[in-house]
Amino acid sequence: MKIGLFIPCFMNELYPEASMATYKLLTNLNFDVEYPTNQTCCGQPMANSGCSKDVTSLAITFVNNFKKYDYIVAPSGSCVTMVKEHYAPFFEEDDKDYNKVKTSIYEITEFLHDIIKPENLDFSNISFPHRVGLHNSCHGHRALGLGSPTELNVPYNSKLENVLSLVPNIELVELNRRDECCGFGGTFCVTEDAISTAMGRDRINDHINSNVEVMTGADMSCLMHLNGLISREGTKLQVLHIAQILLGKDN
Amino acid sequence: MTSRDLILGKIKKNNIVPKADLPEYDNFGITYEDKFEQFAQTIQTVGGDAISTTKEELDVVIRSLYNEEKIIVSNVAESKLGNFIANDEEDAHNLKDIDLAIVKGQFAVAENGAVWLKNNDNRHRSLYFIAQNIVIVVKKSDILNNMHEAYRQISFEDSGYGVFVSGPSKTADIEQSLVIGAHGPKSGYVIFID
Amino acid sequence: MASHPENATKYVANDERMHWHDKALWFVREKRDKAAHGIPEWEQLRDYASTIKTHTMNKLDFYLEEFERNATAKGITVHWAKDAVEHNEIVHKLLKAKKVKKLVKSKSMLTEECHLNPYLEQRGIEVIDTDLGERIVQLRNEPPSHIVLPAIHLTKMDVSDTFHEHLGTEKGNDDPTYLTRAARASLREDFLTAEAGLTGVNFAIAETGGVVVCTNEGNADMGASLPKLHIASMGMEKIIPRLKDLSVFTRLLARSATGQAITSYTSHFHQPIEGGEMHIIIVDNKRAEFLANEKYRQALNCIRCGACMNTCPIYRRSGGHSYEHVIPGPIGSTIAAFKEPEKHNSLPFACTLCGSCTNVCPAKIDLDSQLYNHRQDLAEAGYLPKSKMLSMKVMTYVFNRPKLLDFAGFMARKIVPKLPKSLIYNKFNVWGKTRDLPEFPEHSFKELYTKMKKDERDKDDK
Repeated sequence: MKIGLFIPCFMNELYPEASMATYKLLTNLNFDVEYPTNQTCCGQPMANSGCSKDVTSLAITFVNNFKKYDYIVAPSGSCVTMVKEHYAPFFEEDDKDYNKVKTSIYEITEFLHDIIKPENLDFSNISFPHRVGLHNSCHGHRALGLGSPTELNVPYNSKLENVLSLVPNIELVELNRRDECCGFGGTFCVTEDAISTAMGRDRINDHINSNVEVMTGADMSCLMHLNGLISREGTKLQVLHIAQILLGKDN
Repeated sequence: MTSRDLILGKIKKNNIVPKADLPEYDNFGITYEDKFEQFAQTIQTVGGDAISTTKEELDVVIRSLYNEEKIIVSNVAESKLGNFIANDEEDAHNLKDIDLAIVKGQFAVAENGAVWLKNNDNRHRSLYFIAQNIVIVVKKSDILNNMHEAYRQISFEDSGYGVFVSGPSKTADIEQSLVIGAHGPKSGYVIFID
Repeated sequence: MASHPENATKYVANDERMHWHDKALWFVREKRDKAAHGIPEWEQLRDYASTIKTHTMNKLDFYLEEFERNATAKGITVHWAKDAVEHNEIVHKLLKAKKVKKLVKSKSMLTEECHLNPYLEQRGIEVIDTDLGERIVQLRNEPPSHIVLPAIHLTKMDVSDTFHEHLGTEKGNDDPTYLTRAARASLREDFLTAEAGLTGVNFAIAETGGVVVCTNEGNADMGASLPKLHIASMGMEKIIPRLKDLSVFTRLLARSATGQAITSYTSHFHQPIEGGEMHIIIVDNKRAEFLANEKYRQALNCIRCGACMNTCPIYRRSGGHSYEHVIPGPIGSTIAAFKEPEKHNSLPFACTLCGSCTNVCPAKIDLDSQLYNHRQDLAEAGYLPKSKMLSMKVMTYVFNRPKLLDFAGFMARKIVPKLPKSLIYNKFNVWGKTRDLPEFPEHSFKELYTKMKKDERDKDDK
């Protein structure tokens, strides 16, 4: 069984630690994990800007790179959503390779939760004694179903919380608005920068008001935007990708 | 070509909306152990209230709620408080000074504190709105669970108007502050009798 | 006309007011949640609503004809208007025939869409909007900023000032009850002296030929039941097949809109008052075009509850006026971009595609998918700024060449950390206005991985 590791383009360049944490989480479970070095961007920024036609070559590259793996795992809810939900226009309906890729791609925590299952996860060798606020990034939350959206009348569930709560000494903190968008939204963060900033600041204040020490989530793009604000404003709030907490990042 | 033909033609042309079967609502919808309790709770949240009494005590209860109101209309057989006959007026505008309207409700709906008013004998439907205050009288046995049950009781084959009334009129248009009494009655009660 | 980002930037600049507006609407969203979570079969109701609407749109011509037959049999006169101008002409003709000087009007987004008020006023007819929120914005000469809560953008002091100026209330008295009572007295006079009343239509029932109007204030009924002439204006998509289908929509509408179980009044008009006349105007105004478009046809299923606006984090922080369209927020953006794409090209981008709107929509309209699709259509039609398109083409070029991407990343990680901050944070760096750039690491993951694998292989070789 072979896992193909899909690292979002910007995480590869800017967040190697979180990317490596994802890799190690999988190898620690004794999986044979390979990072196809020819991989590139999933095309989300272009698609969200209206240029989804330009994504055709990227989509084909993606499927060619990853079709040989039993699972594809990525530390990004939004990139996984891009592949699962928005690649259909680039392939025939009965394209075997795309259909295989579409049904075997997971966000890392989703993979741990759905495939490995919480009862089989062992975090006993790490400890994270901190108040942690979980940011539910929109694509992972609503499109991948990582958690039950507050809008819907469905039973409460959070795959991210289910896995995080297994980490010894962690304290998951309840926020005021559990799944409001942070305002990153891809190019939105610069085309509507005033609103983007306002939304990001409100998310940060929600964590601060709940005495969160560490903010985490499954999408580095959201965290990058929030951390950018935190850094500029000197706010006392650390930001870590969920894979780093699960691997046992020392604070 | 009339606009009617133009519009219908446009609709028919290139309509790609898929077919779908209409649902049925038998045995569907929330039900309550105590329908009166649910009704009362809901109507209280919208500025009204529900009271349970007997036919004999009806006027006593109404007077205890409204003892200063002068011009009163009643189309409820069990009440003798009416002193103004709305049905005798040709012009609906002449109802403008009515202080209290006591009207018959066909049935109440527990899920939302609403009562269905449809009285073919009531000449002016504006009575329900133009009166300053309203009391709706319903039989205790006429409380339904939900709107699916309600619509099973409704037909317009021989009438031209009906309204669900839930509480007095209200608005929250000024900074979201709830104010009871907008353009319809400024207070209202539902009285259940046996 | 300004773009959404331009308007939004101004709105956000008043931080206190922006947060007040955001909190007010979030509160409405929370009330909606409470109501929705109190009905165990809520998600099933949404499915039913979506199904009923799909069924109806598939047979829209059939149901409109059935409606016309049944309404006519009840003594109602049915008119058809192909566009906004014709709608206004029909209304005017009816009013003129009865020598109407004053018209009282209850809430109708359709009449806003058709710009009915100025049309009638230019022809010497006084129009009084009787919904309190609409009356307030009418006196202030501004458009409503929300389809259900027209004055949500105003403080009570704003209202106090307006009423002081136009109704003679006490200056500085901003007590909502006091102000509402003043409006009640003033509008009561209007109801009693108007010669005609115009209402919108929440639902039109094909099976019975009647129309349903939902209000909390009772203003639609006061307007339709006192004057002898009642005109009801409806978008043709408001049709539903059977009386019993109302059970689904009356359970969903108010809960989705404001979190109440039902509006104070749900009036079913099936004929005029004694000695009166009732007219219904069925309006197309580009609605038929939606039926032919798979990507956007579900926009017709809207029951105008406003839930999508309340939940939209961008709407809450930018206000309805920043959309410059009669209907704002998510549903407004998709309708606007469909009808006038070039004019409203910034609206599908006033969105992070968070998906919350789709989840609160009682009719399960695929709002976020529609906004995503509009972006593709706008780009293809050439309605997006050339600079944006160019930067996307450059990005795609680089991304299609992994080695080039690696090189660009390598150079960035070598150079950027050494650049002075004044050079990095310049006026072209929009990100940098309010955010720091992330720290650029020494090595990319790929470099670390490649080295790690090489070390492993070297170790194995030993």
